[in-house]
Amino acid sequence: MSGTFVGMPAFPKAAHEAVHDQTLRGNLRHATHTIRGKRATAVAEVSDWAALRDAGARIKDHTLRHLDGYLVQLEESVTAAGGTVHWAADADEANRIVAELVKETGESEVVKVKSMATQEIGLNEALEAEGIRAYETDLAELIVQLGKDRPSHILVPAIHRNRGEIRDIFAREMSEWGRPAPDGLTDTPAELAEAARLHLREKFLRAKVGVSGANFMVAETGTLVVVESEGNGRMCLTLPETLISVVGIEKVVPTWQDLEVFLQTLPRSSTAERMNPYTSTWTGTTDEDGPRDFHLVLLDNGRTDTLADEVGRQALRCIRCSACLNVCPVYERAGGHAYGSVYPGPIGAILSPQLRGTASEIDASLPYASTLCGACYEVCPVAIDIPEVLVHLRERVVQGGQVIQGGNKVVLKPAKGHAAERAAMRAAGWAFARPAALRTGQRLASRTRRLHPRSLPGPGKAWSGTRDLPAVPAEPFRDWWQRTHGGKDGAK
Amino acid sequence: MRVALFLTCVNDTLYPDTGRAVVKLLTRLGVEVDFPMAQTCCGQAHYNTGYRHGAEPLARHFSDVFGEYEAIVTPSGSCGAMVRELYPRMGERARAEGRGDTLAATLAPVVPKTYELTEFLVDVLGVTDVGAYYPHKVTYHPACHGLRGLGLADRPQRLLQAVKGIELVELPGADECCGFGGTFAVKNSDVSAAMGADKVRNAESTGAEVLCAADNSCLMHIGGTMARLRTGMRPVHIAEILASTEEEPAV
Amino acid sequence: MSSRERILGRVRRALADVRPDDTPYEQAVLREYLREHGERSVEETVDLLAENLADYRAIVHRCSAGDLPATIAGMLAARGAKTVLVPPGLETAWLAAADVERVPDRAESSARQLDQLDSVVTACAVAVAETGTIVLDGSPDQGRRRITLVPDHHICVVRVPDQVVSSVPQALELLDPARPLTWISGPSATSDIELDRVEGVHGPRTLEVILVG
Repeated sequence: MSGTFVGMPAFPKAAHEAVHDQTLRGNLRHATHTIRGKRATAVAEVSDWAALRDAGARIKDHTLRHLDGYLVQLEESVTAAGGTVHWAADADEANRIVAELVKETGESEVVKVKSMATQEIGLNEALEAEGIRAYETDLAELIVQLGKDRPSHILVPAIHRNRGEIRDIFAREMSEWGRPAPDGLTDTPAELAEAARLHLREKFLRAKVGVSGANFMVAETGTLVVVESEGNGRMCLTLPETLISVVGIEKVVPTWQDLEVFLQTLPRSSTAERMNPYTSTWTGTTDEDGPRDFHLVLLDNGRTDTLADEVGRQALRCIRCSACLNVCPVYERAGGHAYGSVYPGPIGAILSPQLRGTASEIDASLPYASTLCGACYEVCPVAIDIPEVLVHLRERVVQGGQVIQGGNKVVLKPAKGHAAERAAMRAAGWAFARPAALRTGQRLASRTRRLHPRSLPGPGKAWSGTRDLPAVPAEPFRDWWQRTHGGKDGAK
Repeated sequence: MRVALFLTCVNDTLYPDTGRAVVKLLTRLGVEVDFPMAQTCCGQAHYNTGYRHGAEPLARHFSDVFGEYEAIVTPSGSCGAMVRELYPRMGERARAEGRGDTLAATLAPVVPKTYELTEFLVDVLGVTDVGAYYPHKVTYHPACHGLRGLGLADRPQRLLQAVKGIELVELPGADECCGFGGTFAVKNSDVSAAMGADKVRNAESTGAEVLCAADNSCLMHIGGTMARLRTGMRPVHIAEILASTEEEPAV
Repeated sequence: MSSRERILGRVRRALADVRPDDTPYEQAVLREYLREHGERSVEETVDLLAENLADYRAIVHRCSAGDLPATIAGMLAARGAKTVLVPPGLETAWLAAADVERVPDRAESSARQLDQLDSVVTACAVAVAETGTIVLDGSPDQGRRRITLVPDHHICVVRVPDQVVSSVPQALELLDPARPLTWISGPSATSDIELDRVEGVHGPRTLEVILVG
């Protein structure tokens, strides 16, 4: 399997395989159902959850509405605290900046904390091309990297792998990258975690450059925050001499106090814990404690395009907790890879087509990868109305219209492949505007009902391949109503 | 009290029994029911598939047809949610597109007086025991738009619990979507079918004869799956259970 | 045009539809959530801290100030620790009874050297009862961030009830954002295998907390 998402097929095609992969289905069902119950318990523990959720959404909305001001304030605070701020308009620019910074240190390897932003821009591949090796240190990222695999979940990128598969990957691949897996490694999670500890320790102890993202950046103080569990984050943030953090511009919050909301909602939503094992905060550099050089790369890469969309911009509130993935019945069955992006699941289905545009087959299909059941919205700790944005993006796909891409106004044409649907919608709209026409259609269906098959050929198979068609009744309700005067005639 | 029955286009065309059951039930409870013949469709399929502008004339038509009634009752959580949740949003979007307040003002009157059936029974009529009799083993699937869109909570279950003779059993994974999702069912038929099969297997595991829901579009998908998997279970709309009495039991 | 100007310009254009709003930030966001959850006596708050620390597999001890040296000595002996890392400002009395080699942390000590040591003993800045969290802020009695990270055994002393708060909001009020902070809730852990929690990865695999007071 290739390590990138380039050239992915449309979602239904990609999901087709996953749905029929029994191992994958079992792995995903087990993992998502485990976390669902735990999250519900962790959330129920705090009586003011609704107020926390509301405050989180308001803080993020306020910040986004004044984003230019807060970014400038953040830059000033970080600089005053001894850090250096860089601005990257797109992935290429961010990758170039990071590669240059690493080269200036004279090093040819970096240790990485799990970061969605660096995955989004393909930093590891870009560094590899410059002769720099990036070691992923989060356990799940390590599993993905060793397995030459792709991430399939925001929090647990190797969620599609079960313990047996992980054991096999470690036993087979660790020696290629450094310290081999212990002999006789079994598939107990504790032993697998121990194998990762030993494998990565030598890398941490010799690392000179660390690369991270951040969960939050505080504008007023210049503080960055990384929330993690394993301690690999602490290793990367404190042992190297140089730290480079690549962070999306939407991760800024105005004040130190704002953390009191997110440090309560994020752990409970993501790992279903009262608090995650480790949270690190740092403000610039500190003498004799941690990196001597700190660089912050502020990343746009489609975020300002997303911000320009009045309905879609709420996606930028996302704090990457992945609760929406865990609760999503479509994600559970299609798996993360089908979404063709480092952002899978419901949030990915609204984020990817906004960050990347809807030009590719996969991005145009993502807004449809949902039944609009609303479970994602219900659990979202910043109240992103994902179904609302999905429908909005469907509109963009079928109707086209003006959007912002790369900072420029672009007028999209309606997407191809929706011609038949568009015609059907138009015909239905015509009939529904004329009750008499609707009635004619209903009667025609009823009169010919004995001729209707329970299955359909051709495109109709999409329904009837797995489901019988409903039987058409002898008469539509409105005919009964008229015939019996609203049932008053006693006729059945 | 005189109310308009908004049956929905799907029920009118494919599930007239549900319509007859609603009329029978409400009449029994002393409600005068009218069925405005000019009604067609709320526009949900258009809206949710991305044709919001195509849904607007249908919404305006809905408002014309139903605007004068005291209350509008529909035996569909998703069509009810369309009116209550999405009509206001359509008005907002039109305003944001620089088309003024006309659409919002046209749709506003129908929004607060549209009720899903179980909501109307419990909240407006204030009844949970509707005098029904249904001697069968039943499991209830809370369809998503009713559950999460309208916030029906346990209203349907309270109504079912009061039915004489019924044996109500809990559905495992009840609040998980059945996989219908309108055009999702055909655009993403593999995932839709997998969700439907899981829902049916969960329903089967209860040993119930009947799977009940308050939305026939979901039941069309679940029932079609049941028939294909030859489970022997039947999908039944909640209105048909609540309409059934000892004198006139549902078949 | 620099990327800085380009991005800031894009942000401003993207927000063209947003009406200017000069409400001061303190009033712009409604904060109807609680400052703490539930009402507890001071004693109950300390008990909750102990309970939540233990729930996430920290080992909790309670003792009086007078018994602290003996308690620490006993814990180090039980662990079989021969070397213990000492932050520069740690109260000397705390380790007075311990039969171990005390290794002071120095600016030049490398990560590899720290990796050779058995245990580390520190104080803390504040502890949060509702979440079972201890927070270190790099003060002299807690030392650099790395010293509580590399050794596999961390003993952390919390002065109760003075250093205990109920909630995350109360903790943030007391902490100085300019200092590098480490919030610790139990030993290192991962949920990366089948979304099930396993304790013990890169950070100290054993966290012992002494509630002294």
